[in-house]
Amino acid sequence: MKHTLSVLVENNPGALSRIAGLFSGRGFNIESLCVAATLDPTLSHLTLTTSGDDLIIEQIIKQLNRLVDVYKVVDVTEEGAYVEREMALIKVKAEAETRAEILRMCDIFRCKVVDVSPRTYTVEVTGPKTKIDAVVELLKPIGIKEIAKTGVIAMSREKKSL
Amino acid sequence: MAKMAGKQMFVEALKREGVQVIFGYPGGAIIDLYDALDQDGTIKHILVRHEQGAAHAADGYARASGRVGVCLATSGPGATNTVTGIATAYMDSVPIVVFTGQVPTALIGNDAFQEVDIVGITRPCTKHNYLVKDVKDLPRVIKSAFYIARTGRPGPVLVDIPKDVQNAKAEFNYDEEIKLRSYNPVLDPHIKQIEKAYHLFEHCKRPILYVGGGAVISGAHEEVRELAELIHAPVAMTLMGLGAFPGTHPLNIGMLGMHGTYCANMTMANSDLILAIGARFDDRVTGKVDAFAPHAKIIHIDVDPTSIQKNVKVDIPIVGDCRKALQKLIKVIADNGRPTETWKEIFSPWWEQIHAWEKRHPLGYKKDPNVIKPQFVIETLYGMTKGRAIITTEVGQNQMWTAQFYKFDSPRSILSSGGLGTMGYGLPAAIGAQMAFPDRLVIDIAGDGSIQMNIQELATAMEQRLPIKIVILNNRFLGMVRQWQELFYDRRYVATDFTFTPDFVKIAEAYGATGLRATRPDEVEDVLKKGLETPGLVIMEFVIAREEGVFPMVPAGKATTEMLLV
Ligand SMILES: Cc1ncc(C[n+]2csc(CCOP(=O)(O)OP(=O)(O)O)c2C)c(N)n1
Repeated sequence: MKHTLSVLVENNPGALSRIAGLFSGRGFNIESLCVAATLDPTLSHLTLTTSGDDLIIEQIIKQLNRLVDVYKVVDVTEEGAYVEREMALIKVKAEAETRAEILRMCDIFRCKVVDVSPRTYTVEVTGPKTKIDAVVELLKPIGIKEIAKTGVIAMSREKKSL
Repeated sequence: MAKMAGKQMFVEALKREGVQVIFGYPGGAIIDLYDALDQDGTIKHILVRHEQGAAHAADGYARASGRVGVCLATSGPGATNTVTGIATAYMDSVPIVVFTGQVPTALIGNDAFQEVDIVGITRPCTKHNYLVKDVKDLPRVIKSAFYIARTGRPGPVLVDIPKDVQNAKAEFNYDEEIKLRSYNPVLDPHIKQIEKAYHLFEHCKRPILYVGGGAVISGAHEEVRELAELIHAPVAMTLMGLGAFPGTHPLNIGMLGMHGTYCANMTMANSDLILAIGARFDDRVTGKVDAFAPHAKIIHIDVDPTSIQKNVKVDIPIVGDCRKALQKLIKVIADNGRPTETWKEIFSPWWEQIHAWEKRHPLGYKKDPNVIKPQFVIETLYGMTKGRAIITTEVGQNQMWTAQFYKFDSPRSILSSGGLGTMGYGLPAAIGAQMAFPDRLVIDIAGDGSIQMNIQELATAMEQRLPIKIVILNNRFLGMVRQWQELFYDRRYVATDFTFTPDFVKIAEAYGATGLRATRPDEVEDVLKKGLETPGLVIMEFVIAREEGVFPMVPAGKATTEMLLV
């Protein structure tokens, strides 16, 4: 099963490679990884998606916690209510006949066109992974020239915080 | 506060940590630290002959004494030479701090002469590591390094110090308490879990205490004994656990695992309750995991939560220091009042069964009047030393025969590379142990292969006048690998047969030590006796039966009940 982990880690050099190294060294898989500093500049927030059965996820969380630099680990998937976002920039072929269709789709999915050139539109789409996948699927037939995606970032709902 | 150079901070910090001896090898990137050590003159430095030796010696010092071992190496090749020693300490949870010199900060990343990213290289095999980029951080980093190395589940910590940082100046403040908000090992076990564990004991009929290295590390040997005697339960140990419970105790059923006793493995396999104490269910102990102890409930005490539930499913996890956990468990049992006599009675059918297993296949070997059996050498050595010695081992058959035929009554009396299985560990570890205990008898039991992996450390031992005794069981084979080839590869002895072996007696003499050799069984006693009595370093070579095997043996990947017997 897929799990999204929220990790607070000391903003120290090497902390990220320690985490990445833990996954590769122990044969766990990282599906996506997003990191940035938090309001407290000494801590970084890292969202990591991975998959495995309960025992593997338990090991991953314990192993992360064992790292001297890791402050806190929360399995937001396990906590229940959480929001999850991913962003993609998609450069699509835009010819006279398809321009209107692209714009219509952007409208339906609340995407933004952030760059226009004589032959392309660049579309920004934000949302849960499923939405991004849907947009990509719809744009594919029109012709995707390039795509850049962030990994997932996530947060528990309500008062729960890291 | 007066300013101090990094190199002086280094010396000062080590003194504050109570470091008396360090093991190392110099070079350009660490020359300043050496100079400062010498200027100060309080800390003894042992010059090894290879940095791997320095790391193992620091490790041996730590395992024997329970203190943090320290080693020192220059940048680049000096640093990489310590890696095997670091990984060895990591696998067996040994607290060492390794200081390495680094090229000046301005050159880092430029492929400078003797530059290597040692922090990157050792990331997976250290508990934590540091590159110090600013001399202001140095005191805090060194203090944290020692703190991290010795607390929780101990382990190696590396501190990489660039040459310019060694010479830069800053204020030295070492009094601040170390608080690492992201590092808080849990030492106090949860009483609810202890009570649940007790409850399982109340209902079990066939318990076993499965004791590992964590029991030694936490100093829980008295508690293990108290608990075992209180409820009259059998105790089996892992290689790392040997000595955590007296090897001569009637409740001891021997070592577990691949080369464990038939009795210990059968007892574990048929138990209905396993209490694992600082043991990690290593594959060498469980054998095929699916077939492991099918009827047992498992209670697992470990200070490292990742050890719990890693290899087998556990019913009652107890995170905490083994000693504290056992103290609490003993109290709960004592408070609930079932007297030892009652436990004895309840477990008496279980003991009948255990004794039957013991009788069916006791540890043993076929005696031979014409050729020396290695087991006989170890037995005789045990008879002469009666467990007074600190024994280090190399890796291979020599290690397993030692574990099987020498009885360890006290903790920290066997130093052996368990997790990594590092050939070449024993001699430098013996140097470390002898430095920690100058007056004790320290013996390295070696194979002819392993001893050649760090044989250069004979010079270190001689230079320091360490009276280490080395027992070489010479089969002119990489014996343990040969044994696998014999059993599982149709006796194709590929790359295990030494066609050339040096004359170990002459080697001893070349180093200025004493060399003795036995080639016939009737010489064994004399050589051991003479070797132990001769002052100074002695190599005793025993030319043993070439194709002797270690038995019993659980073939890799098999259930522990599928043992090959003698
Ligand atoms: C550094 C290292 N290299 C290789 C091995 C694999 N290995 C395990 S046991 C063994 C043979 C050891 O031979 P020897 O030291 O002669 O001891 P014996 O088994 O004959 O007692 C080898 C090569 C190892 N454990 N460590």
